[in-house]
Amino acid sequence: MANDKRAMIGARIAKELKDGDYVNLGIGLPTEAVNHIPPGVHVVFQSENGMLGVGPNPPAGSEDKDLVNAGGGYITALPGASYFDSATSFAIIRGGHIDITVLGALQVDQEGNLANWMIPGKMVPGMGGAMDLVTGAKKVIVAMEHCDKYGNPKVLKKCNLPLTAKGKVSVIITDMAVMELREEGLVLCEIAEGLTVEEVVQATEADLVIPCVVNTF
Amino acid sequence: MVQQITAAKAAAMIKPGSRVAIGGFLAAGAPESIIDALVEQKIGDLHIIVIASDWEDRGVGKLVVNRLVKSAQVSHLGTNKAIQAQMNAGEIEIELVPQGTLMERVRAFGAGLGGILTPTGLGTVVEEGKQIVNVDGKDYILEPAIASDFAIIRAHKADKLGNLTFSKTSRNSNPIMAMAGKITIAEVDEIVEIGELDPEQVCCPGVFVNYILKTGEV
Repeated sequence: MANDKRAMIGARIAKELKDGDYVNLGIGLPTEAVNHIPPGVHVVFQSENGMLGVGPNPPAGSEDKDLVNAGGGYITALPGASYFDSATSFAIIRGGHIDITVLGALQVDQEGNLANWMIPGKMVPGMGGAMDLVTGAKKVIVAMEHCDKYGNPKVLKKCNLPLTAKGKVSVIITDMAVMELREEGLVLCEIAEGLTVEEVVQATEADLVIPCVVNTF
Repeated sequence: MVQQITAAKAAAMIKPGSRVAIGGFLAAGAPESIIDALVEQKIGDLHIIVIASDWEDRGVGKLVVNRLVKSAQVSHLGTNKAIQAQMNAGEIEIELVPQGTLMERVRAFGAGLGGILTPTGLGTVVEEGKQIVNVDGKDYILEPAIASDFAIIRAHKADKLGNLTFSKTSRNSNPIMAMAGKITIAEVDEIVEIGELDPEQVCCPGVFVNYILKTGEV
């Protein structure tokens, strides 16, 4: 994905984070949000291997092999950080103590279902901590490209890949749109600057509820 | 008092076909010396219980590449192409377990519990063939405890009673795996005398540990 698209999605994710939130960001695109946190908003990042208070990547040469994130990448600890074992870490996650988790997706659908851990016969990386995160976090945000690399929609009527969790997604943020799961369905809340509602609908398989006013981001 | 051994002796204790719980997360906090000794002695046919299959050249990935693993209960394979290739070829049997569920199932065995009830995996393939239990109107999957013959783990310091302290995020699954081994072997950076560890800093009490060894001493 082009860097400007990544930055745009990262900036939009960051807007969802409120001062004081405990947040778990998936590896890859969701991590882009750390570069866009507004001044005055202080959030605590969790790494599910067993840490709260994740700080920025260390400068080259000062990496600590005992201090890594959930992708195995080197990190630092901010003042106020804590370390704990992985069972405690998942008690935090499953027990509803994480305010927001942001994950990537292969597919997401209009019922809030998410598929992001395997393509049968092709790719089986395993679910890692994703199933627990999606089940336990108070708010689940999916951040991804709107369409796959062949241009096929990833926001579907119904996921056909094995699910990560059922009906748990609250917000979908892509390079084209921001959509929210509400009682009335999957609502198109915002579209990317320069796009029309029709273009977003064309690139989406799911039935979108279109409000009178759709803002841009 | 725990017995101080070498990595070679630790590996020799683990018989082929054993069920081995292994600490570490993407090789951070993995007991590399014991893993290297298992590879050296070609202790095979193992069933491993581990968070992730690490990389081909780090952590449990070395056991996989050397074809010493016949089956695994694991939550993530994404960083290790060898294990995915062996799985696709039917050469290794994999049970994928959500990471939090894996931790609790292992902890349950160490804690004398038969299993746990978790909402993780409801509505997915993870619930297939399992009992769903309703408590106070909420559904949970009944997930059985995971037993192991040996636990091999890594810690920062051990005293001669086997009390362990850890370093940063290399703690991860290590204290949990330690609870579950019928025999637990801890590889550490430093071995100190009894009384030298602050009891407040001990994150795995020595009661869970049978053998200790110093990393790199073979």
